Amino acid sequence: MDVKQQKLNKEYQEYVQRKMPKSYLLRDCVLAFLVGGTICTIGQAVSNFGKSYFNLNTEEASAFTAIVMIFIGALLTGLGVYDDIGKYGGAGSVVPITGFANSIVSPAMEFKKEGYVFGVGSKLFSIAGPVLVYGISTSVLVGLIYFFVK
Amino acid sequence: MAKYRLGGQTVRLENPPCILSRATIVGKKEGEGPLGEYFDVVLEDDMWGEKTWEKAECRMYQEAARMAIIRAGKQPQDVNYLLGGDLLNQIITANFAARTLGIPFFGLYGACSTLTESMSLGAMLINAGYADLVLCVTSSHFCTAERQYRFPLEMGTQRPPTAHWTVTGAGAFLLSNDEKPPYITHVTTGRVIDYGITDTYNMGAAMAPAAAATIKAHFEDTGQGPEAYDLIVTGDLGWFGRELTIDLLKKEGYDISDRFIDCGCEIYSREQDVHAGGSGCGCSAVVFGGYILRKMEEGVYKRILLLSTGALLSTTSTQQGESIPGIAHAITIDMDRG
Repeated sequence: MDVKQQKLNKEYQEYVQRKMPKSYLLRDCVLAFLVGGTICTIGQAVSNFGKSYFNLNTEEASAFTAIVMIFIGALLTGLGVYDDIGKYGGAGSVVPITGFANSIVSPAMEFKKEGYVFGVGSKLFSIAGPVLVYGISTSVLVGLIYFFVK
Repeated sequence: MAKYRLGGQTVRLENPPCILSRATIVGKKEGEGPLGEYFDVVLEDDMWGEKTWEKAECRMYQEAARMAIIRAGKQPQDVNYLLGGDLLNQIITANFAARTLGIPFFGLYGACSTLTESMSLGAMLINAGYADLVLCVTSSHFCTAERQYRFPLEMGTQRPPTAHWTVTGAGAFLLSNDEKPPYITHVTTGRVIDYGITDTYNMGAAMAPAAAATIKAHFEDTGQGPEAYDLIVTGDLGWFGRELTIDLLKKEGYDISDRFIDCGCEIYSREQDVHAGGSGCGCSAVVFGGYILRKMEEGVYKRILLLSTGALLSTTSTQQGESIPGIAHAITIDMDRG
């Protein structure tokens, strides 16, 4: 690309950046905090319930909580509610485990029309896939470091 | 230079073809918008009783085409060419609809600029004497576009303020060599312009330079300025892209702000939560076919410049970090033959 065009592009891009309507950062942060906080509070209530009602120990209670929260996330996705929560909650609804359920159930629903193998099967992890790859990779790496340092 | 060429990008049509009939079909959300009453058919739900969104879009395309033919009192076999396209990979909507319609078919892809691309070529075919009737049809569907370009519908994501909302709609225009206004008098073919915008949530900024360049070329080639038009209409720049286009043209010495509307801004109200406005091949098709042509018939506008604007990206090019080239094709619609 010639220098003149590069200069034009740079000027235009800077101008666009300056003029572009911005996201409401403060409002989005507050909403993410409230929505994420609410989801986590519900999770804590589920955990406490498991501990006191079913006499679960801490480890069992966290597995119980994960199962219940994933179920709720999947159910709300199926009912078409979770995307509305996501619209307002942003990261607040993505980060908790319910968001993970949403990222798996939504492609499963969407791509069912392409069949169970090439649709649901291959698209199921199209969004959650990268999270799994790097999540698992990181845990292996940290595990190795821990093994040698210990 | 060829006899009817004006300048670098424009041709004057010596025997201007007319828009003989038209039809518009839109989805539920578009029907609830400020222009709802102007559309021929408003769907109750965007699936329209079909098994997939893609089938629903294809049916919209077909039905709009059929309606336009019937309204002109013609049969599909009277039509010499079907020109058109859509946003889906390998333009499956247009291809599959053409299979059913059985009209000789040129499939076109110009992203959201496909409407004026089709009408430009259709008008030139008729003007040259190669056809009596040419049908131009384009469509887009929010759900088919979302799943191809972005995320599954039920995925909880936040859209930035510059994001567009793909219009669910199809518009069909039957062009003929009859003498019945409105006429297509000039065609200005756009060049692909790229100022290096890479943000797929900012299509307005990617397309605005192309729109401004085509408008400028049209003014220079024809030797006329904004005052020669009652209205200048762009396809789907949205609120932000519209502002940018006004600014870019001001730098070139043209002020179009008092007669410039964008179909993407008109089709939805701000309360409909569509961020920057509507987009898609269907956007300019239904707003032009439903609203603007009606206003021309009512005598509100006599001469307009219509530009559909396209962002020429794909999911592959975006993931590989390529910028988004834009294009805009312009046609002059006039109630007089000129």
